[in-house]
Amino acid sequence: MTSIADRVAERPIAGAADATARAAAPAISFPAVGERELRLDLFRGLALWLIFIDHLPPNILTWFTIRNYGFSDATEIFIFISGYTAAFVYGRAMLESGVVVATARVLRRVWQIYVAHVFLFTIFLAEISYVATSFENPLYTEEMGIMDFLKQPDVTIVQALLLRFRPVNMDVLPLYIVLMLFLPVILWLMKWKADVALGLSVALYALTWHYDWYLSAYPNGYWAFNPLAWQLLFVFGAWCALGGARRMARILSSPVTLWICGAYLFFSFCVTMTWYFPQLNHLMPRRLEQWMYPIDKTDLDVLRFAHFLALAAITVRFLPKGWPGLRSPWLRPLILCGQHSLEIFCLGVFLAFAGHFVLAEISGGAALHALISICGIVIMSAMAWVISWYKHSADKNASRKGTIGNADMAGGSL
Amino acid sequence: MRSRAFLGLIVLIGCLAATPLHAEDNPPSDKPQSCEVPASLLSTESALPKVADAVKDGHALNILVIGSRSSTVGTSEASAYPARLQAMLRERLPSTTVNVSVELQVKKTAEEAAASFVKLLEDKQPTLVIWQTGTVDAIRSIDPDEFRSAVDEGVVALQKAGADVVLMNLQYSPRTETMISVPPYLDNMRVVAQEHDVPLFDRFAIMQQWNDQGDFDLFSASHGLELAKRVHDCLGRALSKFVIDAAHLGPAQQN
Repeated sequence: MTSIADRVAERPIAGAADATARAAAPAISFPAVGERELRLDLFRGLALWLIFIDHLPPNILTWFTIRNYGFSDATEIFIFISGYTAAFVYGRAMLESGVVVATARVLRRVWQIYVAHVFLFTIFLAEISYVATSFENPLYTEEMGIMDFLKQPDVTIVQALLLRFRPVNMDVLPLYIVLMLFLPVILWLMKWKADVALGLSVALYALTWHYDWYLSAYPNGYWAFNPLAWQLLFVFGAWCALGGARRMARILSSPVTLWICGAYLFFSFCVTMTWYFPQLNHLMPRRLEQWMYPIDKTDLDVLRFAHFLALAAITVRFLPKGWPGLRSPWLRPLILCGQHSLEIFCLGVFLAFAGHFVLAEISGGAALHALISICGIVIMSAMAWVISWYKHSADKNASRKGTIGNADMAGGSL
Repeated sequence: MRSRAFLGLIVLIGCLAATPLHAEDNPPSDKPQSCEVPASLLSTESALPKVADAVKDGHALNILVIGSRSSTVGTSEASAYPARLQAMLRERLPSTTVNVSVELQVKKTAEEAAASFVKLLEDKQPTLVIWQTGTVDAIRSIDPDEFRSAVDEGVVALQKAGADVVLMNLQYSPRTETMISVPPYLDNMRVVAQEHDVPLFDRFAIMQQWNDQGDFDLFSASHGLELAKRVHDCLGRALSKFVIDAAHLGPAQQN
């Protein structure tokens, strides 16, 4: 089954991008004409599943999420691949139809994500209002203070529309919105000089850390994912998509890189183990602890970024592009989810809310918790399949009428 | 979250088959509540030297619990964990006079609570302060960095006033998990505890353990006061073990 973006990718691309594509190297690179980079879909699908599981109460599946084995987690994968694919699709649009049209298409996409965010917020409001009126466990009278914000809906809802009030688990989309909003600028810079764009991004990251810049949130605090820091991953993804990965191919295939990455992953695995087994804590040198902690997720700690890079380098090395497993039916659900990430992400957040709901209403044990996670994943996969099927047939109709490939379609798989 | 994954590992390694079964049959309420806590959650590398001295020298052990609403159960003071702590400590340290008093700081953030510490400690002169905090900060989503420095300053103030300190983190509250972001506050309390070498009573992990073992169903919407009282009884018991362990009070002193 092919999605719309396949078709977009199949269309010949102009100028420089074409040359890039033909010179595709074994590392992550511009997919050759007519071929979609399934590894990206696979890992984005995986990130979506992991984000969903992490949003649910802990259960047996939580044990399988990567954040338990190292510093970085699924958010890094999601943002990096989003940067990569966004640059790929809209970078091509910029070459084909110019800066203005490409910008318009990006903004249209931003609008879609914004609407999705507001939709999720509505669901959240429904849930919290329900819980507020039905919950009376004397153990948690204090925690119920969270409902206080319902007393001023005028302020809260306006702040939510401004992306300043974000309930728990709803932090990724606002980050994505802001990053996408700046995509035209990023692409425009990249078209001019990709390395300068990446350099500016690193500089912004460094300045953010140095001057402690942040975006404030409502009612207080700040954005849980600081876009000023997380843009580094997004821009790095874009840079890789536009030829950076090809240029890094030699570094990536060197055994030295492999050993460094392996050693770092092992180190971070050992450190994470000391979190889960407090008995091991005495093995950690105090000085190392003081230097390392806290590992800051908000500002994308360098340790997390490095952990993601190491993971990515090892993955690219051991999972070649032409790996036959990518075509296997077992990985199909993951790949489909990755191909429709916005829809599936929203569905995942919704299902996490719904899962909490069910767990709250039916007091169940560990088995029910695991069952709910698995059901959620099945629903996400089924939905991805339906969307694929729908887009495929809609596209068939459209091509009969001769109107193939509008702006919406190209972004549809982002 | 670290503690979650810890549980995940425990489940996978040890009780793969046992956990789901166990989770479904909650003990009837007339039996004594089982609320086992793994030893690792009740032991700490940090010490409570002043508590140890007070017990050894036969002085009175004055404990002050500074906390928010989650240090109480309804209106019955005797069932809340501070009172339970006092009862258990008196039982386990029969030759020591143990007094536990509570200072409630309802709806106050760590920073607001810490502002009153100097005066409070002048008045009460406790040997040990158990500072339960974080919930209000998490609800108001106070900047975690500000929270950390507030806890940091609070701990310093308590230590300067000559008391041993135990930090107690948030409750495990599965129902509000989608609404309150707890991990940053847990992490920052852990960091402060480490920096000042102060024992951290990990209430969150302990309650989560009970929920996962099936001792308590903390997910349920309403259970009346009974469940809350039993949870506090278990918390008081766990806390008494924790304090005795941290003060290195062997069986000799306990007799």
